[in-house]
Amino acid sequence: MSATDIANPAGTSEFVKDWSSEKQTYHVPWGKAMMWLFLVSDTFIFTCFLVGYLNVRRTTTDPWPYPSEVFALELFGHNLPLILIAIMTFVLITSSGTMALAVRYAHFRDKQKIFWFMVITALFGATFVGMQVFEWSKLISEGVRPWANPFGAPQFGSIFFMVTGFHGVHVSIGVLYLLIVANKIRKGDYDKSGNYEIVEITGLYWHFVDLVWVFIFAFFYLW
Amino acid sequence: MSSEADQNHHPIGIYLKVWTLLFVLSIASYMVDYYDFQGLLRWTLIIAFMLLKAGFIMAVFMHLMWERMALIGTVLAPPLALLFLIGFMISEGYYVFDARVDYFGQPEAATRIHVSDVLGTKH
Repeated sequence: MSATDIANPAGTSEFVKDWSSEKQTYHVPWGKAMMWLFLVSDTFIFTCFLVGYLNVRRTTTDPWPYPSEVFALELFGHNLPLILIAIMTFVLITSSGTMALAVRYAHFRDKQKIFWFMVITALFGATFVGMQVFEWSKLISEGVRPWANPFGAPQFGSIFFMVTGFHGVHVSIGVLYLLIVANKIRKGDYDKSGNYEIVEITGLYWHFVDLVWVFIFAFFYLW
Repeated sequence: MSSEADQNHHPIGIYLKVWTLLFVLSIASYMVDYYDFQGLLRWTLIIAFMLLKAGFIMAVFMHLMWERMALIGTVLAPPLALLFLIGFMISEGYYVFDARVDYFGQPEAATRIHVSDVLGTKH
């Protein structure tokens, strides 16, 4: 191995070396490689949803509602467009930040900090789901259904409940996943092996949930 | 491996910087809606902010920039196939819309409905 190879693991020569000579390709823990493959497959699912949504929106001859009006809220006497979604975005980004810190402290095997940052992340996640419940209730009370929508195209209702519902399920599962792993860390299940890569794997899932929201925010709420 | 050794030395600063950056980019994309930019400017800004946010999350939070090329390629190459799906659906979408207008006599441009007109609230 020359010096440049070590300096640049992302180089193409390393790429060829990893894929050749019938040996292990990914030099990461198997759990991490599997999580990445799962996330790639999940990318396909969410992209199919979003492409389906854009196609339905393009083809319908019914008027599409104004998302910034539908998701507006009256706050402190001001009518703010899309404010609920903006707050949800900030909550999710903050949770991604605290998760990144948990992963960082996993490298130092700092159990206390890993545990608390994962719990904080889970709390932000639960807050996000709670706000989504509020958003769903509000729209349902205004008459939006998966098959009907008083503000225009009925497809808006179907897409809204399907896409945000599927994403919300991902967040909810992520909250459970975080709490289970955090509890195992608190109990000391990883003390003996000193192997905390599960935190990074959980982190990958959590960041992916945030990543998907970035695309939903852009294409569904802002478009 | 070298990638593992690198990961032990990530200063906390890079996470806080990216975190701040994600906040700023989110505020910027919210402002696109708040100030009601329309047309090409709106779509360009939305997509630019979206791709920047996605890139920073994947590169730094998901540690992709510190991974080996074999893993980066496995993660980023397959989704490129989705670009074909997007392309096909764009062209198909226009065709289906035109067919509906031509054969079912539906309006070319339907009037969009304001929420206040339905709910009777002030907007």
